[in-house]
Amino acid sequence: MMSILFASLIGFLTAAGVFLSLRAQTFPVVLGLTLLSYAVNLFLFGMGRLKTDAAAVLGKSASYTDPLPQALVLTAIVIAFAMTAFVIVLALKTRAELGNDHVDGEDDASSNEQGGPSA
Amino acid sequence: MTTNANLATHSFDQILVLLVFLPVLSAIALIALHRAGWRLKRLISAVSVGILLLATIYLMVSGAGNTPQVYPMGDWPAPFGIVWVYDRLSGLMLLLTATLGVVSLTYAIATNEDHNGAHFHALFQAQLFGLNGAFLTGDVFNLFVFFEVLLLASYGLMLHGGGAARSKAGLHYMVINLVGSTLFLFAVGALYGVLGTLNLADLAVRIGLAPTSLYGVIAAASLMLFVVFAIKAAAFPLYLWLPGTYAETSAPVAALFAIMTKVGLYAMLRVHGTLFDTATAPASLVNLIGPWELWLGIMTLIMATLGVLAAMNLRRQVAYLILASVGTLLIALGVNTTESIEAALYYWIHTTLLSAGFFLLADIVRRSRGDDDWRIQPAMPRATLIGGLFFIYAMGMAGLPPLTGFFGKTMILHSVLGSPLMGAIFAVVLTTSVLLVIALARSGSTLFYRVDHQEQQVTAQTVSSFAWLAVFTPLILAAAMVIFALPLTGWLQNTSMQIKDTSVYIRQALDPAVSRLHTEEPKQPNPAHVSPHFPSVNQE
Repeated sequence: MMSILFASLIGFLTAAGVFLSLRAQTFPVVLGLTLLSYAVNLFLFGMGRLKTDAAAVLGKSASYTDPLPQALVLTAIVIAFAMTAFVIVLALKTRAELGNDHVDGEDDASSNEQGGPSA
Repeated sequence: MTTNANLATHSFDQILVLLVFLPVLSAIALIALHRAGWRLKRLISAVSVGILLLATIYLMVSGAGNTPQVYPMGDWPAPFGIVWVYDRLSGLMLLLTATLGVVSLTYAIATNEDHNGAHFHALFQAQLFGLNGAFLTGDVFNLFVFFEVLLLASYGLMLHGGGAARSKAGLHYMVINLVGSTLFLFAVGALYGVLGTLNLADLAVRIGLAPTSLYGVIAAASLMLFVVFAIKAAAFPLYLWLPGTYAETSAPVAALFAIMTKVGLYAMLRVHGTLFDTATAPASLVNLIGPWELWLGIMTLIMATLGVLAAMNLRRQVAYLILASVGTLLIALGVNTTESIEAALYYWIHTTLLSAGFFLLADIVRRSRGDDDWRIQPAMPRATLIGGLFFIYAMGMAGLPPLTGFFGKTMILHSVLGSPLMGAIFAVVLTTSVLLVIALARSGSTLFYRVDHQEQQVTAQTVSSFAWLAVFTPLILAAAMVIFALPLTGWLQNTSMQIKDTSVYIRQALDPAVSRLHTEEPKQPNPAHVSPHFPSVNQE
């Protein structure tokens, strides 16, 4: 039961993350990336096999859980946190510089950036 | 091993640690000193990059990589601890990185490009930290960590100097790479979940021992890793971030980024090459990514050539040229024979150096001419010198003799003789080469011959002699690659054989007697045989 709940939670988070990160505004994209990183953190955690009432310490009891995925999740959380902070700042910066929050900026901006037509 | 050999390997270890930690210490010092004068910051950055170059040259000349050198960090034996692995391929990538570092830092300082933002030097060092770490690690999770380090530094470097177009391209670059990082973690998690290890050598051993029922998960995870590396390498259809990013960022950063697409290709060679070696992996998995590399390489080459033809300014054209070289390299890696990898490595060095130099030259054109698009402008100062350099670079990049591009492409085509896709590869590589020549000839004549004689050039900026040094260096190195082609290809052939023969690498990485522990009692028996995790997989 716990496995089904856990797996469907990861699936739901991933689906929501993929949907949101395909949106055209920067804010949903950032939210989508955040949801994806939540999903992957849970996924990594699950890869150590789900166990209840088991410490991540070897040799203290017969039932222990794998400590390595927990270390991986911790690293992944720290990195995802830094990346999210950075992408929010960048999204705000593009919002200020391009004057809107569309991921491609305005249509005018994207055609100017290619340079004028060749003479 | 004799005592002398032990001493020698110890000093290699220290150099390996230096390669990774010198840039990060410089970066920390540069952040701490961010209010200090720019002379001090330039000095720290230049000394750090200079030491990196000398250390990588020393490692290369000493022949340390002839057998893979394994350094377990903190003396924890593999696969429990973190290992650094230095072999010929790592050595080559480190040397290329350090060379590009010196070239692009010289150009950044000579043109005062580093003054356009507060933390250029700190980010530059952090970038080198990430790159060196990624090339030295022998562990998939650490590869992820170093990817993140180099990406985070590259986001900052890419935005260096500011501007709306740069921010927009930076956002695209960052979002696609964040999605890539998430996929990387899914793949790493799945591999750990079924195999119970993340050390590359240990993974290779366990894939060989894994029951058939796990092949599906292993293949899915490995293909997900391939997608991640394809994003980094900018393979079709995941290349759309590259032209904007490389064309919009500042020239020295674009020059350093010439190594970034190679990180993805390196990771494919290292990870998939080790995991699915013919000697250890089950036969059904051996050729897992080869066909993908081949077909995606062909598609990338075609799309990149169309991009070169359609580009509306020189920088974007050079960005598409990088993409074309990625396509060519993917084709050679996909054929996956000793000869094709040897040819790919030759072309690899050529394209990394020349595309970096070409970006710098495009920047000189932009500074001298006012812009680098195809509109008619007044004649630029020193047009003969710049035009001459453009001619040589264009010949090299398009693959005309007598430069390295020609020999690289010839070697690649020679190595695919006899492969079932020979016809398609020959047709695509030769046709795209002709189209590249046409596109570059048109750009050259537009930039240098179609001149507005009525008006005087007013916007030209003078370029200091050090900047010229940075533009000339890649050409000199490319010329040396032609003159010393025989010893170089001999060395690359041995490198390619080392890549294909991963059994030595696996033995070195997992044998506790090879680690520094060999002076003490080995604390662990060979862990590949007594894994607490692996049997539990079969129970579930």
